[in-house]
Amino acid sequence: MVEPQSPEPLSPLEPEFHVGSHGNFEHGVEIILTETRPGSIVQLAAWPGEEKKLIAAIRTVTGLALPDGAGGGVSDGVKSVFGFAPGKFTVADEAEGLAAAFAKVVTPAIGTVTDLSHGRTAIRIAGPKAEWVLAKFFAIDFSLPAFPVGAGRSTAHHDVFAQIQRTSADQFDIYVFRSFARSFWKALCHASEEVGYEVQ
Amino acid sequence: MLITCPYCGPRDVIEFTYQGDGNRERPDPASQNFEAWNAYVYDRLNPAGDHNEIWQHSGGCRTHLKVVRNTLTHEISSVAFMRGDHGRGDHGSAARRKAEDKS
Repeated sequence: MVEPQSPEPLSPLEPEFHVGSHGNFEHGVEIILTETRPGSIVQLAAWPGEEKKLIAAIRTVTGLALPDGAGGGVSDGVKSVFGFAPGKFTVADEAEGLAAAFAKVVTPAIGTVTDLSHGRTAIRIAGPKAEWVLAKFFAIDFSLPAFPVGAGRSTAHHDVFAQIQRTSADQFDIYVFRSFARSFWKALCHASEEVGYEVQ
Repeated sequence: MLITCPYCGPRDVIEFTYQGDGNRERPDPASQNFEAWNAYVYDRLNPAGDHNEIWQHSGGCRTHLKVVRNTLTHEISSVAFMRGDHGRGDHGSAARRKAEDKS
């Protein structure tokens, strides 16, 4: 669980996080970059054969119903969940306490709960050029039919592991290791320069 | 080279890590059979054609995969999860015996 901090939680992006418009924005801002700062990020893994019970547990705790299929996911804007590997799921919530809530329902016979609230940084890229910028980073298909809203993907950029969830037609949430987040953020800013981006 | 991960779909080979020849079977760790250990460590079929291999999708879902790759063309003819018994490509000692019977 993320410890409450005051006045503001520290972000690993801080020295490179410059609110405002940047790059070639004279012709309009086509990318919005933000850090979503979820209060909880949890990774769940089911033992073989226990996947359905884990999916039921996710529904109990978050109220979110996972769609069938590899990489399926759903987000209600506050809570998000997606599959990133067989029987494994990432869950994020704006509120704290997700790990404690899951620990009550995901028994040792079903699977494991790993609290990654401090271990991952969540970066949101939105705008009409979001697909285009991400295509520079990751060799996966970002088109809407191949990567539907809610779905998740596991991939890597220069060996920095990244989990990506599409949270709307032109918006993606990227979960990266906290220790790599600043360099990834800088790369994302550089890649967005040519279309104009705004940090919010 | 693209490998079609059964979970993630087609991905570039840079996301994968080669985990070795899929035709070997590790002897029981307590085994004193030095010939079996020698075969496990050193003997390779080295075929010019389809080859059973183990890969890990280390830059993705991190599952271990049994892959059949053609060593002449790099064509990947089968990819399946190591866990479970689906897909083509008998990996392990059974595959080795089959290949040796053929030659």
